[in-house]
Amino acid sequence: MAVDEDTVRAMAHLARVQIDPDRVAGYATEMSNVLALAEQMEEVDTSDVEPMAHPTHAVQRLRDDVVLEGNEREQFQEIAPETNDGYYLVPQVIE
Amino acid sequence: MQWETVIGLEIHAQLATDSKIFSSSSTQFGSAPNTQANAVDLGMPGVLPVLNREAVNMAVKFALATNARIGKRNVFARKNYFYPDLPKGYQISQMALPIVGEGEVEIELEDDVKKTVGITRAHLEEDAGKSVHDLFHGQTGVDLNRAGTPLLEIVSEPDMRSAKEAVAYARKIHSLVRYIEICDGNMQEGSFRCDANVSVRVSGSEKLGTRAEIKNLNSFRFLERAINFEVERQIDIIEGGGEVVQETRLYDADRDETRSMRSKEEANDYRYFPDPDLLPVEIEDSLIEALRGQLPELPDQRCARFISEHKLPAYDAGVLTADKATADYFEAVLKQSGAPAKIVSSWVTGELFSRLNKDGLELTASPVDEHRFSGLLARIHDNTISGKIGKDILDKMWASEDEADHIIDKEGLRQISDSSELEKMIDDVIAANPSQLAEYRGGKEKLLSYFVGQVMKASRGKANPGQLNQLLKDKLKG
Repeated sequence: MAVDEDTVRAMAHLARVQIDPDRVAGYATEMSNVLALAEQMEEVDTSDVEPMAHPTHAVQRLRDDVVLEGNEREQFQEIAPETNDGYYLVPQVIE
Repeated sequence: MQWETVIGLEIHAQLATDSKIFSSSSTQFGSAPNTQANAVDLGMPGVLPVLNREAVNMAVKFALATNARIGKRNVFARKNYFYPDLPKGYQISQMALPIVGEGEVEIELEDDVKKTVGITRAHLEEDAGKSVHDLFHGQTGVDLNRAGTPLLEIVSEPDMRSAKEAVAYARKIHSLVRYIEICDGNMQEGSFRCDANVSVRVSGSEKLGTRAEIKNLNSFRFLERAINFEVERQIDIIEGGGEVVQETRLYDADRDETRSMRSKEEANDYRYFPDPDLLPVEIEDSLIEALRGQLPELPDQRCARFISEHKLPAYDAGVLTADKATADYFEAVLKQSGAPAKIVSSWVTGELFSRLNKDGLELTASPVDEHRFSGLLARIHDNTISGKIGKDILDKMWASEDEADHIIDKEGLRQISDSSELEKMIDDVIAANPSQLAEYRGGKEKLLSYFVGQVMKASRGKANPGQLNQLLKDKLKG
């Protein structure tokens, strides 16, 4: 599967990454090469292999439903760029 | 042209856990902004999510209550998108392997018609925070208290064909999650939220039309109105030669209309992938059986039992069992008062509910609890007071802590069943109305009710109606 330049730009947008327009073509080639490498695996018959969600064979450990954390707002907001009245402030998000 | 409406619902039920789904912060509603958001909820580097056992148990209970397939091996995935109230840049959700698979519920439509609505799946996920757009000039405030609150997203099949059916289904799910106590169902606080996928097609067509997803439906009334508006809008577009656009629309209750949420709809590309921070969740059969044992009698079973055991009409049984608290209240009063089910039912759904509605109260906050209510119905049942006096006493109980018996004694409201006392009143009334007596004896038997009314008035409503009727008929005969 080849990655075209539009796909590169779309992925950059979704990831909120700014890319140099001059390098889009190069990225498309590099990504296509990575995919081609992975595509070699398609030659293996995996029809009777369960899809893997995690490389270890362990299962999730669960936590009891108990509140252990208190209010640490002051500490967390010390490192925030801007806060007011307990809220974290960000540039206006227009819906 | 005949149009058919096709509706599917996505319901987000906030699970009633004490702590969040992946962190041990509190999920309490209404706290000061960001006082319940810890390092995990804030998406700080280096933190790891740890799954809440109770959230898993609650999802399994929902599966059991809807006869759904349980995802015995289910997997969490990351749903990636950017928004300020989603600090990690992804929401932990489930995609390919949800905890709840295909299930179904039965809904009751008008005239006792029943219909089965399919549940496609239900999955566990974390809620996002809350953005406040109108509090700070030129800026958006972010409150992350809600971030990480456990949600069960329940996705239905597109099985509903009208707004009424959609409401019946939503009410059924609402009733179920409250019965099994996995969600408080509070729609104002956002604990139970509905999104509706609505499309129309020419009747008889197999192919689904293009759908719009309507968000922000925080009451059953709005759900119904929004769907009706949207159906009209789509039909108008198609009949005008246009095409419905697949988009997300917001319901505006003030204007009773739906509006496009974004002028330019970006293709959603959430790039789901399994969350490497969480291992697959395995549900053991022993856990499933233990949870099955904890389930209460469900609304459908309880409704059927109310009909067979208490001999109630289907309508009454449906109303009484829609909500667990109501059904519990009813059965407690039935047992304690000794009054017949039909009378208890009419007093609970009539007198009690109308007073609760008037005061805007939930049954659980009723000023008259089941014990005092039973005391009142017991006195009506044993003829100590009439139903009419009973209503006055209920008003007095509403405003005080008094037991019905106390009010009856204090105010001398005991029904007069002493026949000599009644007879004297009847004699006085007959003596005072000679012309009516003559007319009655002349064949105008309708006047009986006039005499009943006069004696009732003289007794200040305390005459036993049955006894009064009998005695009066005898005396009027002469």
